[in-house]
Amino acid sequence: MKKLINDAESVVADALTGMAAAHPSLSVDVRNRIVLRATGPRPGKVAVISGGGSGHEPLHAGYVGYGMLDAACPGEIFTSPVPDQMLEAAKRMHGGAGVLFVVKNYTGDVLNFEMAAEALAEEGIEVASVLVNDDVAVQDSVYTAGRRGTGATVLVEKITGALAETGAPLADVAITGEEVNARSRSFGIALTPCVTPAAGEPTFELGPNEVELGIGIHGEPGRTRIPAGTARELVRIAMDAINEDLPLTGDVLVMVNGMGGTPQIELYVVFAEVAAYLREKGATVTRRLVGNYITSLDMQGFSVTVCRLDERLTLLWDAPVETPALRWGR
Amino acid sequence: MDTRFFAAWLEECARVVHEQRDYLTRLDAAIGDADHGTNLDRGFTGIRQALAEHTPPTPGALLALAGTTLVRKVGGASGPLYGSALRQMGKALGDAETIGLAELADALETALQAVRRLGGAEVGDKTMVDALSPACAALRLAVAEGIKPQEALSRAADAADQGAKDTISMQARKGRASYLGPRSIGHQDPGATSTALILAALRDVAVAWAES
Repeated sequence: MKKLINDAESVVADALTGMAAAHPSLSVDVRNRIVLRATGPRPGKVAVISGGGSGHEPLHAGYVGYGMLDAACPGEIFTSPVPDQMLEAAKRMHGGAGVLFVVKNYTGDVLNFEMAAEALAEEGIEVASVLVNDDVAVQDSVYTAGRRGTGATVLVEKITGALAETGAPLADVAITGEEVNARSRSFGIALTPCVTPAAGEPTFELGPNEVELGIGIHGEPGRTRIPAGTARELVRIAMDAINEDLPLTGDVLVMVNGMGGTPQIELYVVFAEVAAYLREKGATVTRRLVGNYITSLDMQGFSVTVCRLDERLTLLWDAPVETPALRWGR
Repeated sequence: MDTRFFAAWLEECARVVHEQRDYLTRLDAAIGDADHGTNLDRGFTGIRQALAEHTPPTPGALLALAGTTLVRKVGGASGPLYGSALRQMGKALGDAETIGLAELADALETALQAVRRLGGAEVGDKTMVDALSPACAALRLAVAEGIKPQEALSRAADAADQGAKDTISMQARKGRASYLGPRSIGHQDPGATSTALILAALRDVAVAWAES
């Protein structure tokens, strides 16, 4: 399998070196595996920090900057970061108003962030966490590790980042993050599996005319597999799953997200179907994103995330943001 | 069993995990995210490096260092779980310079409790607990019967191996495999498998130790 890499072992470090060279607004510590705002901590501001396995770019490091994250901690590919990374990032970026961890609900991420939070608390730095679990493909029950954190992570990072920028206290920022998560749902469909640099082969088998429904973002298989259909048919499956869980009415933010290997033109085809579906349901799309925001390496496919907005969340969404992957209003 | 014995165990773990790296990763690809072998290999290689720089004086301190190294190097769920298991084992062994079989059995039980507490898994959830729990039970029984360490650890390793095989028919309820629901059935759990390998390494070192 061809990849634009030098060595499977050094992909994360090499990519961080590239990020450092490409984005002077970031301070990249390749050795400690942390990406920080080059401006350093701002006194009195809650530091919003996230992290997770690599391979989901631009998540999370691409969202470090004004109005969004203060720091990101990239792990190995599809592997959560280690507590030392979060600790170091928090110590360097906290401005005396506490630290908010944005954590995607995966066992590894949860455990490593918990260990970091305990260590930070011992050092007297106040810390709160928002757990993102928006993926409706997983039933939230005692029979699973709970719903996965997927597309809503981008929304939580944007909106908590905007609120933190106003100098809001940690508790408010954390509650708002939870609110965004509670109002958001996602569903993903893969046309192909992805290939991790270390394995060099597809993470699961999928026939040439099959699609995988309810995928996550780590190349893990989904819940079911069906014959491939039209974009309209696939969007209906995704949107029905979301609508069943969170009735789609009122003002909504929609993110049609590519999994990494799907061309933008197909994402627009998908977006047209999503918009038509929402119109049919009587919901109003007031904010939208179409592109690669939370990916799974070179997987082909898409996910849809819908968030039911209110006036306050809309204002926070519209607030200026200046990061490598998301920028407006500044 | 002294510090050298436990250092030999960790060394053997590093060797076996490296050798079985691709096998563990393949098991993980079927129901997880295809990195278990790679991650554990990185962790145990880290332990090997840490011990080359500095070997702590007691078995307890040695295992605590090994656990901390795993937490710092591995990431994912296996870093905190195996890391905490070894750290708690080390803590349970205290400052003793030599460890008897009964203390080792107790320490392993402490490791099991740490894993269950952190991961929230019970027997039957298709996790490393399914290998570790029967191994602890077998070791406790062997201690009560008063048999030789190498035989006792051999029984523990067999129980872990059987426990790992038993995960094939289980539906995962924890970790990433749980997202698959019934599709997780028919695959051996990679975490239970690595636990069985680690306990087989303990047996092998005990047997070699008894022979020398």
